[in-house]
Amino acid sequence: MSCCGSSPDYDDLNAVSRLVSARLTAFLRTLRDAGFRVGLAEGQDAATLLSSGYAARPGLLRAAFKHLFSARKSDWDKFDGLFDAFWLGKRVRSRSRTVGSTPGAGNPSLKSFQDRSAEQGGGQLLTDQLCSSDDAPEGGSGEGRMEGSSRAENLAEVDFRKLGDPDQVAQAHEAAAQLAKAMRTRLTRRDLARRRGYRLDLRRTIHRNISHGGVPISLVKRRRKHKPLRLIVLLDASGSMSMYTSVFLRFIHGVLDQFREAEAFLFHTRLAYVSDALKEKDAGRALDRLSIMAQGAGGGTRIGESLQTFNRWHASRVIHSRSCVMIVSDGYETGDAALLGREMAAMRRRCRRIVWLNPMMAWEGYAPEARGIKAALPHVDLYAPANSLQSLRALEPYLAKL
Amino acid sequence: MKNRDEIAQALAASGYIADADLATAISLMQMLRRPLLLEGEAGVGKTEVAKALAKVHATELIRLQCYEGLDQSSALYEWNYQRQLLAIQAHRGSDSIEDQVFSEKYLLERPLLAAIRRRQAPVLLIDEIDRADDEFEAFLLELLSDFQVSIPELGTIPAVTIPHVVLTSNGTRELSDALRRRCLYHYVDYPDVDRETRIILTRVSGASPSLSLQIARMVEGVRKEELRKVPGVAETLDWAAALVGLDVRDLHGAPETVHETLVCLLKTHEDRARVTPEVTQRLLGRVA
Repeated sequence: MSCCGSSPDYDDLNAVSRLVSARLTAFLRTLRDAGFRVGLAEGQDAATLLSSGYAARPGLLRAAFKHLFSARKSDWDKFDGLFDAFWLGKRVRSRSRTVGSTPGAGNPSLKSFQDRSAEQGGGQLLTDQLCSSDDAPEGGSGEGRMEGSSRAENLAEVDFRKLGDPDQVAQAHEAAAQLAKAMRTRLTRRDLARRRGYRLDLRRTIHRNISHGGVPISLVKRRRKHKPLRLIVLLDASGSMSMYTSVFLRFIHGVLDQFREAEAFLFHTRLAYVSDALKEKDAGRALDRLSIMAQGAGGGTRIGESLQTFNRWHASRVIHSRSCVMIVSDGYETGDAALLGREMAAMRRRCRRIVWLNPMMAWEGYAPEARGIKAALPHVDLYAPANSLQSLRALEPYLAKL
Repeated sequence: MKNRDEIAQALAASGYIADADLATAISLMQMLRRPLLLEGEAGVGKTEVAKALAKVHATELIRLQCYEGLDQSSALYEWNYQRQLLAIQAHRGSDSIEDQVFSEKYLLERPLLAAIRRRQAPVLLIDEIDRADDEFEAFLLELLSDFQVSIPELGTIPAVTIPHVVLTSNGTRELSDALRRRCLYHYVDYPDVDRETRIILTRVSGASPSLSLQIARMVEGVRKEELRKVPGVAETLDWAAALVGLDVRDLHGAPETVHETLVCLLKTHEDRARVTPEVTQRLLGRVA
């Protein structure tokens, strides 16, 4: 439903006074701002409820509205707070906007960015800061400039953190998106070869054999519908990864745009579901929305806890039998490494493949010494470097085999 | 019956102990004529709601179990092709056979069609909708808003009565916003100790009030442990039945039996290994 805030037509409901319906309209708008999907039909039903005795007790009205307006568990959990704040004038702990307040005022904490509503409000404030981290990687400008022929080809081998000038960054982004597109075609083409029926489809058989007078001569079989591969990307957006984050965000945007089924999560000290933010077609705007989430906490990385959140709340929804989980991280765990190991084992049971991409792996003299990566490695199917476009490209044949 | 207290009482009489929220949801469902979408962990009694609702209304329960690849022909209607072929062979040469073959006589009713053609409005339970494909969900949405079915060979069949529709979901797949918006939403959580005690008392014959309370407290403790599979209400009832069957009157009186029968609650090897006799002792200590 659109968030245009148009009020339902209450003319036929004489019992509801004009004042109450105005108040109700305002409440609906508050709900829409808080990310509820509320349409005209819900508004009318709510008016019906008000006029039929539910308004007598706030508790009763709250329960009734809660059932009517909620559509998922997150709505269900935050509804009571919103209702109390609006109708009973209590303060809410989570940042929610009631009608008339200035959008996105105050400092946008990380928590608020998890609400879709708040994203839009605070979206413009921090946009520029991510660009500045792109512009100034340490010592990047000198080494990054390639002389000689065919810049595009050379670019493939350049480490992302050495990309200095904005043109090169843009090219790398473009290439990452292209790559995501190419992967998609390769991955899904495999479906065609497998099509062979295993069960007779009577409805279609009869229809095809009308010309034979109903005698079933040519048979139609049914085939199992094939699930396309689903790619789930978990991107580490902590301080130690900051040089790579923007390129990978672009890559993920390409993946989400091209794959029929893909989901994306971002983590640093906590996990955020970002597929919705990335559904934006325009890459620039999608990245703007995301860059805010990416910044959040530049401090430590709690990979274990983030994975725990993922396993507990998201895994059963996003992972199916043909899923590949791709974790992009340097493995510097500031939390409990043992927890990371346990959660990796739990994830291993669910999905088909776990790919761990580590941008640091290609550095000279790097060995997986960090506690986090040591705990996680036994559960990983493919551990690969991902610091340049070429290394990303090398992944494709592997993924195509799944 | 509109009052939510009446509904709660009627549900209790049919063996389902509902919280006030759910009773509200059901009264709204009747008033607004919207389907009710129940979400929650496995084993918290989502399906039972529909069964109890059918008992309350003293009507039939029609159940559609969703699975991957469920299509119209197994959910809505199908022609009985084998019979049609036979009839065509048997009446070869007669002109009227064409009209006969596509008549109701050869139509196989599937749950969705059956639900809208009953004289008395049944309860239609669409179980685990998240297991069905996206396409089926879209089709269901259409049926739930129009309540009519068009069969090309036969014409449009309007609903005789509008069924009470209950959908359940375990959250293995994200449902579409359109379907969610169409429905009233209720999240079924694990019951608190008080409600679980009453559930045990109603469902397990022979369980005394004190034992039921102990069991409910114990299960609450088990749920707080870090487990892979948290036990639901169904598991609690199994365990209570086991204890009653083994003639346990008081949990403190038979700690070994309690530990051994925990298999009713713990359904994976890891969970079983994690709850050692010491852990059982500790949990029992808190039951009091």
